[in-house]
Amino acid sequence: MTLTVNQPAGTGIASTPNSWSVVAFMVKRSLVRIRRIPAAFLPSLAMPIFQLIAFGGAFAGALAYAQIKHALDWYAPLACMQGAAFGAMGLAFATVNDLQTGFFDRLRMAPAGRAAMVFGPLCASMVRAIIPLVLVSTVAFIGGAALPGGVLGLVTLAAAGMGLAYCASGFGLGLAFRMRTLAAATLTQFAIFFTLFLSTAQMPLDFIQGWVKPLARVNPMTNVLRLARQGFLGEVTWHGTWGGLLALGLMGLASTVFAVRGLRSFDK
Amino acid sequence: MSTAAATGAIHENLHQSAVRQTMALARRSLLGRLRQPAVLAPSFVFPLFFAALSASSYSRTKNAPGFPKVDSFLQFGLTAAILQGAFFGATSGAADLATDIEQGFWERLIASPVSRTSIVIGRLASSTTIGAMQAGVFMALLAIFGVRVRSGPIGIIAVIVSGGLVALAISTIMATFAIRSGSPEVVQGAFPLVFILMFLSSTFMPRQLMHGWFRTVVNVNPISHIAEGMRAFVIQRDVSGKHFFAAWGYPAIGAALALLLCLAALRRRLAQS
Repeated sequence: MTLTVNQPAGTGIASTPNSWSVVAFMVKRSLVRIRRIPAAFLPSLAMPIFQLIAFGGAFAGALAYAQIKHALDWYAPLACMQGAAFGAMGLAFATVNDLQTGFFDRLRMAPAGRAAMVFGPLCASMVRAIIPLVLVSTVAFIGGAALPGGVLGLVTLAAAGMGLAYCASGFGLGLAFRMRTLAAATLTQFAIFFTLFLSTAQMPLDFIQGWVKPLARVNPMTNVLRLARQGFLGEVTWHGTWGGLLALGLMGLASTVFAVRGLRSFDK
Repeated sequence: MSTAAATGAIHENLHQSAVRQTMALARRSLLGRLRQPAVLAPSFVFPLFFAALSASSYSRTKNAPGFPKVDSFLQFGLTAAILQGAFFGATSGAADLATDIEQGFWERLIASPVSRTSIVIGRLASSTTIGAMQAGVFMALLAIFGVRVRSGPIGIIAVIVSGGLVALAISTIMATFAIRSGSPEVVQGAFPLVFILMFLSSTFMPRQLMHGWFRTVVNVNPISHIAEGMRAFVIQRDVSGKHFFAAWGYPAIGAALALLLCLAALRRRLAQS
């Protein structure tokens, strides 16, 4: 896709584009890719929906034993987070593709700020995360998931999902800049998978025993999942919110630094 | 020598030759996979990770009403790990077959005087061997963490054979995709379609803890019967022919049916080339 910048009338030469307009173009390009290469995006939709149905059926009895009446209330936010985060793998894949096809070099030569090359994909991943969030939660509601937290429950779910998409994408982007091979996408997938499952992904913290419990206790994903789940399990409270927001803030900062430094190492 | 005797000798030679070719191709396939630990690793790492994770996350569930009597959740989860390993391993074996087709090695084999079915059976034999090996390795590794196969040596052998048969059935299904498409991406893409069957079964939880439409699906899913048959050898002292049929019979029937499809796909590809 060609990056075109509107030229102000009468200047004769192209002016330096605003970084935000470049970010907007990159978001648009990312969305167009979904339509053009749906096979690259569909797994991040299909897998969470499949997991929602499979986990909701297979582990319903285990969750009932942990006093959670409806398994979908527990697993729907998890599936949403997975869908949102797995978009990062697609982003890493697309970035490596851009690096290998030379499109990224054209971006580097463009008169736009370096920040746009990082924040463009990061913003795109947040926008793309809306699709799995909407679809997976719709399937969950059709399946009978409740939302006692009301609209605020949806807001916290969206905040957790989009925030997690940003963090995961920053990590994926940083890896892609450093490794420049498709292994970056695979590593991103593994990192998301392990971080997500070594938390309260499967059972509440009180019911976990053994080696996972201390890991789940310190894993920031536990707080993110609490933020995402609270509207499905009861009222939205500040107590259930602040930990997730803090975790997302810190992870977001770390992943941004990782991506920016990755771009700098690429420039060198 | 009479003509009949000469024809018989030729047939016997051809038969021996086909067996030798199958063995050679199976050996090539097996060595090829053992020499690529990065390809083989996911089929060992993921099932073991899930077993360890589930043992910690769901350990208290073993006290739930309806849960079979087990020493630990890890003992219950051993079967799930073996089945997952067989699914992962069988798929990567079929992806190798598709890679052979994509990269042209298949054409070279076809051009040589090699029995056509040996090319496929060799691959399937290596997947079966790896599936059986995985079952043995998983039992040995989990034994370190206190998991015992309660039915003893007969149970250990039964589980190893069952692991191999499950790998054979899945690899035959995936080999059909590989031969039809000639694309490793298609094989990997088809994997979730097969993998979904395992989640819609009683592999990870006893069916007594499932309800509604999901339990109906689980009841008719053959993977449930295989998992429960295999699990009986692990968690029960006394086993019967019913358990052998579930653990061996179901995957053997599945493999036989899949082989018919696979050979049909092979004939179609040979007719095209």
